[in-house]
Amino acid sequence: MSHSSNPSLAKPGQEPDPDRRDFIFIAAGAMGAVGTAVTLWPFIASLGPAADTLALSTTEVDLGKVEPGQAITVMWRGKPVFIRNRTPEDIQAAQAIDKDAGQFNGLRDPETDETRVKQSAFGDKKMPNWLIMVGVCTHLGCIPMGQKATDMKGDFNGWFCPCHGSNYDTAGRIRKGPAPKNLAIPAYTFLTETQIRIG
Amino acid sequence: MSSKHVTSFKGITGWIDQRLPIFTLMQNEYGSFPTPRNFNYLWNFGAISLFMLLLMIGSGVVLAMHYTADTHLSFNSVERLMRDVNYGWLLRYMHMNGASMFFLAVYIHLFRGMYYGSYKEPRELLWILGVLILFLMIATAFMGYVLPWGQMSFWAATVITNLMSAIPLVGDPIVTWLWGGFSVDNPTLTRFYALHYLLPFVIFGVVFLHIAALHVCGSNNPLGIEPKSEKDTLPFHPYYTMKDTFGLCVFLMLYAVFIFWMPNALGHPDNSIPANPMMTPPHIVPEWYFLPFYAILRSFTIDIGIPFTHIVLISSKLGGVILMVTSIAVGFVLPWLDTSPVRSARFRPLYRIFFWVFVADSILLGYLGSQPPEGIYVIISQIAMAYYFAHFFLVIPLLSKYEKPLPVPKSIHEAIGSGA
Repeated sequence: MSHSSNPSLAKPGQEPDPDRRDFIFIAAGAMGAVGTAVTLWPFIASLGPAADTLALSTTEVDLGKVEPGQAITVMWRGKPVFIRNRTPEDIQAAQAIDKDAGQFNGLRDPETDETRVKQSAFGDKKMPNWLIMVGVCTHLGCIPMGQKATDMKGDFNGWFCPCHGSNYDTAGRIRKGPAPKNLAIPAYTFLTETQIRIG
Repeated sequence: MSSKHVTSFKGITGWIDQRLPIFTLMQNEYGSFPTPRNFNYLWNFGAISLFMLLLMIGSGVVLAMHYTADTHLSFNSVERLMRDVNYGWLLRYMHMNGASMFFLAVYIHLFRGMYYGSYKEPRELLWILGVLILFLMIATAFMGYVLPWGQMSFWAATVITNLMSAIPLVGDPIVTWLWGGFSVDNPTLTRFYALHYLLPFVIFGVVFLHIAALHVCGSNNPLGIEPKSEKDTLPFHPYYTMKDTFGLCVFLMLYAVFIFWMPNALGHPDNSIPANPMMTPPHIVPEWYFLPFYAILRSFTIDIGIPFTHIVLISSKLGGVILMVTSIAVGFVLPWLDTSPVRSARFRPLYRIFFWVFVADSILLGYLGSQPPEGIYVIISQIAMAYYFAHFFLVIPLLSKYEKPLPVPKSIHEAIGSGA
């Protein structure tokens, strides 16, 4: 098999045009690459969350029975969500940090207590007592303790992760230990004063 | 291949071999294949590893026939396998402990390569393929551990996949994609099962290349010098087929001790509790063969950022992940970090000492990986981790430059005083 250019492409008495050959080669190659990428996409996308998984991504919870000082854990997207009805003391303890420590010097992931609970409102009524967070330690994904009355709550009376010793305060902010961020706040809305939808 | 191949086999074998010379190939590669005559028992562990791979594939295929990949059914399908399926307990214990024995064999094989300089020219690619096999084994073993869907399965999957979230910007979407949802759940389990079944065959493919590369340059040997004449070699069969079989038998005895007398000694009792996404076990530990890497992962505890701001460039989580991957990937560049012309540690008086310090350091890291990351363990982990990397990036390059090797013998048969 000879590797010289195909004489049929050249008119008699004329050299074959190398630019034309290059153009066809690059165009075909580019088309092939695009085609491969387009074909590959369904394979990659199929591994993402499916429609039924996404359909489960909201959940509604009735908070009517949760007394001040109590907490409940609900499942949302396969993860626990911590809902605590905070006592005035809890809120004061959390807000104290906002006020005294200057630019939140003590906090690794600075957030005021107010921003942590800004979604806890129905109409004009603010309800900073409801602290609603994803109950997954931001270090490596363990579930912190502190939901039950008998649980260890850590040095800041909030939550304590037993895996690697992260301590969260009464606003769910990281205060001590290896976790890099505060406990995440999911998107949620109050449908009534005692009912929420998470997600 | 030449078309003038004339087979030396007779009869049906000859008829086949004339058309497809597989018997000639086997004869050349495993029959008369010239092999250094001075192998010690450490040279058994390649063959043992291959045997373990085949055994894992064999037992795994049968287990797969009884297993159901579904978060509601997996745990019970494994319990049924243990209680009701004929010899199900045996097959599962073979597979569970087989993973440990496979890693044990591979780790010995790997340290043997480091001691005798088997990664040096011309065997760099052979060694790199080996590091690739190790990565594939780690992925396969990790995904296999998730399948019984016990507490450790679930939380190991959660912790390890969460590591990916350390990647800046795209970390969280990647984790969601890996999970196929918003937490480790059924989509995660089914894909881990598919990959756990696939990857062993990929490993087999890379092992084939590993062995093909070995048969191009031939084996290294305890003296680290190339065979120069027929006096230095023996035909692979029957000498090394026999020696490998003997070594394998001894190894299988140890394996049998685990299967029959302490099948759960290397496991973790928490994995006998069905997975519960709402409750984390108090102390998460990986299998023993991952402990050193786990210790390295956890040893990075500071955020590297711009001082006096909250801008973090490398979070402690990302730093840990980078270190852990590097601790294995360093194997890819080892052939170029060690530029000493002498292969075998027998003729490298200083390297020999540092090699054993490195082995001790690796074992220490393994111990630290099993301990809670608190107090003194954190500090020792950091020192041990620092030494681990110093071995590759400081000790080995410096030794290559300044160590005075002992004189290397002229040939294998002279050195061992036989082969006349």
